[in-house]
Amino acid sequence: MGSPLSSSLQAAEELPVSARGRAPATGLQLEGRPLRAERLIEFGLFGCAFATVLTTVGIVATLAMEALGFLREVPLSALLLDTAWTPLFVEKHFGIWPLVAGTLLTSAIALGFAVPLGLLAAIYLAEFAHWRTRRILKPALEVLAGIPSIVFGYFALVVLTPLLQEVVPGLAGFNALSPGIVIGLMVIPMIASLSEDAIRAVPGGLREAAFGLGASKLATIFRIVLPSASGGIAASAILALSRAVGETMVVAIAAGQQARLTLDPRVPIETMTAYIVQISMGDTPTGTIEYRTIFVVGAALFLMTLMMNVISHRLTRKRGAA
Amino acid sequence: MNDSQKEPASKFQLRNVKAWYGDNEVLHGVDADIPEHSVTAIIGPSGCGKSTLLRSLNRMHELVDGARVDGQVSMDGVDIYGPKVDPVLLRRQVGMVFQKPNPFPSMSVRENVLAGARLTGTYDPSRADAIVQRALTQAALWDEVKDRLEAPGVSLSGGQQQRLCIARSLAVEPTVLLMDEPCSALDPIATTRVENLVHTLKQDYTIVIVTHNMQQAARVSDRTAFMLSGDLIEFSDTIQLFKSPSDPRTEDYITGKFG
Repeated sequence: MGSPLSSSLQAAEELPVSARGRAPATGLQLEGRPLRAERLIEFGLFGCAFATVLTTVGIVATLAMEALGFLREVPLSALLLDTAWTPLFVEKHFGIWPLVAGTLLTSAIALGFAVPLGLLAAIYLAEFAHWRTRRILKPALEVLAGIPSIVFGYFALVVLTPLLQEVVPGLAGFNALSPGIVIGLMVIPMIASLSEDAIRAVPGGLREAAFGLGASKLATIFRIVLPSASGGIAASAILALSRAVGETMVVAIAAGQQARLTLDPRVPIETMTAYIVQISMGDTPTGTIEYRTIFVVGAALFLMTLMMNVISHRLTRKRGAA
Repeated sequence: MNDSQKEPASKFQLRNVKAWYGDNEVLHGVDADIPEHSVTAIIGPSGCGKSTLLRSLNRMHELVDGARVDGQVSMDGVDIYGPKVDPVLLRRQVGMVFQKPNPFPSMSVRENVLAGARLTGTYDPSRADAIVQRALTQAALWDEVKDRLEAPGVSLSGGQQQRLCIARSLAVEPTVLLMDEPCSALDPIATTRVENLVHTLKQDYTIVIVTHNMQQAARVSDRTAFMLSGDLIEFSDTIQLFKSPSDPRTEDYITGKFG
């Protein structure tokens, strides 16, 4: 009886200090190794994070490969210098500008509508609204953001366009104006929410300083608070622009499918996204030049939104550092 | 200096002033007369209501959601909580300097001094240079910054920033300057400068300064108010309050028994 016990005690004393939890109670034991299970979990988590990176890389690689394949057949100069986009016609033209113009037109209308409204909503929420009002308004705004874009698309086509036709002379059944406004509605919550955060992040000390100088509430907001929050507000607008540029369903339904180089918001146009839908859903056979156009358009779209997101990120970071 | 000898007129008269944050009463009925052209210090432990009392004098307290003030505060005989009083106009008469220097980050030194005029729509370009020089001179900052008026206000040192904030307040030509622990974020040298400045400014202004530093109160003020848990315990000449306090709680506090 005595001998096994004493030998096990001895073994315990000779044991290297470890994280096995049964280290002898004498002295302070700090050396240890993480458990193997813990490293396994860490590896699993890394795998999950890495999978998203891998997906992104895969998408970018596919876009780039197919776009390069397209550019081997159609020179870049044709893409950038031609002013007509007719890849499905007998006489094919591959000038991307009509699609870019359509995209920028609807997006500009959207932002022209959403930035003032979103910013004013943000000012109200951050500076004026009682907390009870805010508790109702904020979720309501988020519901607006949660409506599926297909519903917004129908709304543009069957409700807003007929209404607008009453007041806008010469407005076609498919046009840029109506979907532009509806995309604006869709991005208002994003602008309002992000701008509100930016306005709230302005140190209270600056407001107090302005009030202490005898500034009115409006003067304080417009001359002190908004300039200090301008970085975050600009970031929210650019993020909204990125979202508007990438918006697909609304324009596919309500803007028409006629690529044309125009800034007239009353006539049918086609955006980059709507064109991709048209080809993807149509009966264009894979591997053909017509089919490959959607990758070059997709790549261009990706570059545009990537650029905007980077700018937006920079603006937010600058605000954070200041 | 020895202004405390003569008996100056009251700038502020407080009668039964109570203040709340929501349901929490933080001032329980304060009566006090704050003399003109002198420095009044408010001391007391954290949470005693000294900042709230200060903020009731320019109606900054009520800017916090759910905060309110009751009772009577008159300035030069006018009830500043009267129904026709515009707090915005009151605050042009009653300047305020805060604990943390808070120059406007997007503005230069010069623009900071002129911010009050710009914000209140009284900016006059022909007077701007004179205002900047006068306010910065009064704040004992002119010699240090006259060659970099266009530098950002936040590029100055902490002590300079605080004096810039004082200059910014003085530029709108108030008659009162409220200071809420103006030196607590400053080093000893910068503190001395601000204290000397307070001493000079009382010739032209009524100054009320909140401080947690009893030595500072003794150095800069003519009269001192001691507050405890929302009550004004004792309010008398500074020398008297520190040498022979009449309330045992004051004595306990200034001798360091609590707080």
